[in-house]
Amino acid sequence: MQKQSNMPYAIEVQNIVKTFGPVIATNQVSFKVKKGEIHALLGENGAGKSTLMSILYGLYRPDSGILKIDGEVVSFKSPKEAAQKSIGMVHQNFQLVSTLTAFDNILMGLPESWWRGRNWRFKKVKEIESLAKEYGLSFEVERAVWQMSHGEKQRVEIFKALYRQSDIIILDEPTSVLTPQESDDLYRTLKKLKETGKTIVLTTHKLREVMHACDHISIMRKGKMVASMPSSETNERDLARKLMGEMPVEVRRIEKSESSTKPSKNLLELQEICAKGLHGEQALNDLSLFVYPGEIVGVAGVAGNGQKQLAEIITGMQNPTSGGIKFKGKWINHSSIKGMIDIGIAHVPEDRLHTGMAGSLDAVDNLLMKDYKKEKHSNLGIMKHSRNLDWAKSIINNYDVTTPSANYPVRLLSGGNQQKLLLAREIEGDPALLVANHPTQGLDVGATASVHNLLLDMRSRDRGVLLISEDLDEILKISDRILVIYQGMITGEFEPSKATREEIGLYMTGSKTQFNVGALA
Amino acid sequence: MEIFSMDIMQLLIIASISAATPLLLATLGGILSERAGIINLGIEGMMLIGAVCAYIVSIYTDSEWLAIIFSLLGGSALGALLAFLCITLRSNQIVAGLGITLFATGLSSYLGKSFGGSQPQTQIPNLDIPWLDNIPFFGEIFSHLNWMVWISFFIAIVLYVAIFKTRWGLHLRALGDGPAAADNAGVNVYRYQYLMTIIGAALCGLAGATLILVYTPSWNDGLTSGRGWIAVALVIFSRWHPINAIFCAILFGLFETLGFKVQLYYADIPPYFLKMMPYLTTIVVLMWVGWRNKNKPNGQPISLGKTYIREQRG
Repeated sequence: MQKQSNMPYAIEVQNIVKTFGPVIATNQVSFKVKKGEIHALLGENGAGKSTLMSILYGLYRPDSGILKIDGEVVSFKSPKEAAQKSIGMVHQNFQLVSTLTAFDNILMGLPESWWRGRNWRFKKVKEIESLAKEYGLSFEVERAVWQMSHGEKQRVEIFKALYRQSDIIILDEPTSVLTPQESDDLYRTLKKLKETGKTIVLTTHKLREVMHACDHISIMRKGKMVASMPSSETNERDLARKLMGEMPVEVRRIEKSESSTKPSKNLLELQEICAKGLHGEQALNDLSLFVYPGEIVGVAGVAGNGQKQLAEIITGMQNPTSGGIKFKGKWINHSSIKGMIDIGIAHVPEDRLHTGMAGSLDAVDNLLMKDYKKEKHSNLGIMKHSRNLDWAKSIINNYDVTTPSANYPVRLLSGGNQQKLLLAREIEGDPALLVANHPTQGLDVGATASVHNLLLDMRSRDRGVLLISEDLDEILKISDRILVIYQGMITGEFEPSKATREEIGLYMTGSKTQFNVGALA
Repeated sequence: MEIFSMDIMQLLIIASISAATPLLLATLGGILSERAGIINLGIEGMMLIGAVCAYIVSIYTDSEWLAIIFSLLGGSALGALLAFLCITLRSNQIVAGLGITLFATGLSSYLGKSFGGSQPQTQIPNLDIPWLDNIPFFGEIFSHLNWMVWISFFIAIVLYVAIFKTRWGLHLRALGDGPAAADNAGVNVYRYQYLMTIIGAALCGLAGATLILVYTPSWNDGLTSGRGWIAVALVIFSRWHPINAIFCAILFGLFETLGFKVQLYYADIPPYFLKMMPYLTTIVVLMWVGWRNKNKPNGQPISLGKTYIREQRG
């Protein structure tokens, strides 16, 4: 080992400024990472951590400031130049070409061998397989990326960086899409890489993980670096306070009193629903479930196990191939989106900016989107302009949406504000049932708490909520009943107070099932 | 002459292959640029410019090979224009392509007009392979095909190998399906897109040259008569695969040829109906392909038509 004290920092950033138009994304940020440590960068959405990461690996160029790698001042013009300085990046939305195999993705952009015939390929596959084993990263080298789980894709991404001789690996929100088991595996891998001398920087907002897996923690807030300390000198509560700048919004969960009897009638009932996925595959397989008024039912599962189809069938975006839907005691034969809205089913779709709202329209138009026909908002097809503006402004106020004005395109708002706006629209219609698909995906701690409070409010008003989410912490926190979906079937049902993360994780990955289901038997 | 000893099937196949050659070249050109994510609706225009360049050069120089070189240059010039519009100026790819076709239609009429009626002074010769004559049926078909037929097959095979077996091809496939991922991996996205669009356009120009130097040896306005649009459909029909393109082009060549043949035997069918056949077939085939692949990924490059911008936010 060399003398630790004289070693330059692996990464040293001084006074970096980067602006996007009028928005200052990072303001005089300084940041140091020691060689061979796991360094966590914490921050709310929009705090500027992604921008900082993008500057580190050469995607964005800073307006001013100095960047040093291993003590040497550098200025990257492209990710390629950063890669030459041995910086590898693992993005939150993986930068893999989904139609190609892991093999092709790993070798993409590398200069070696212009001819890539069978012999060369065979040799390379062997080489990659043994190297991956050495690093403890398991993935199918010749499998197409679109067939992989999130965890496997991530391992390919990490391997891709390692294969490019990266000594510094940057991971952006690495655990946001992983199951609990996959997250544990990831941190085990990262520790192993650290032992081989790699430097690891990761961003996250899951405080629990940071405390037990990282050596050093830096915190950004509103474009500035506000704190940096070894993880041994802090705790979760302290981190949350520094992250928010104040005490975080507490989620007001009120436990249901044991005496309150379940309502006799259920609100929504699905009976043996089957449905096809995007490519004609069987996405839902005899799925049955019900939701009572005044409860939040959490549906946990790894992405791509039929959650999207489940939400779409309940909200009328897709019709089941067989099975029945009962709402408020009435059978629904041919559902349509309009029909489902009219009987009181609201939907917060997974992709808020594509299915949920029209990005280039402003808050007023987006809020009006489901209600524009009502007499309150229009008369004989003519919009009541100033009245609608006042109405939208009051909603923006009530739901605490931060936007420069009610006429600002929603595409430019932060994810949290977009989501609040979308929830506001859905809740304002006072639906009997709300289907929320990944409602807090990509949101920061503060916005997540606000969303949770809105859902809990619905529950206390005796409305039903079906919460579909990959975030197990969220489901455990606010649901009254937990269902696990795996390959289009409900494989387990839990009381949140009696279930553990590990137990549910086993059901999510199909290792266990409570019910004897035909396809699994 | 042996030609009289051939039966009608063989003649039909030969005619189909000849008719397929310009279609194949144009389709290959379209595949190249679309694999790089750039929709090329300028194919018809590029063919026309290629044809008129070849026509004029052949009149001045009497050299069919010079004519071919100039058709390649003419096509690439339009390709460079399309690439500049779509990649650098980020304009809408559909509008840019249509604009190029409209512009090239006018320009080729204008350029060709002053030579009105004169025949190109050269023709591309056939490639005689005498020993093939000994093989019955297929040998006789392939023994006297035009040089351009062989060149187009050769290009298709070279492209297949290049796209699926080389580093270059991996980059091309990657940037059509995920330009951001390719960029992050160090592939120069814009350079590849420019290059592929220009090479693709050159092939379209060559397709035009084939029309005038092999197929219909006299200039008239709108010489391509919609073959460029058929090529646009063939790109989809072939699922962006050069080998598929060979068979698709021959199939459409057959429909075109059938039109002429049917006219010979059944004089009472209106000629306009027969001229309509290839285009009607295009529509029917597109409907059929769309229906059959309703629930499957169709092989279309994912980023097709969407200009990649690196620092885009929001």
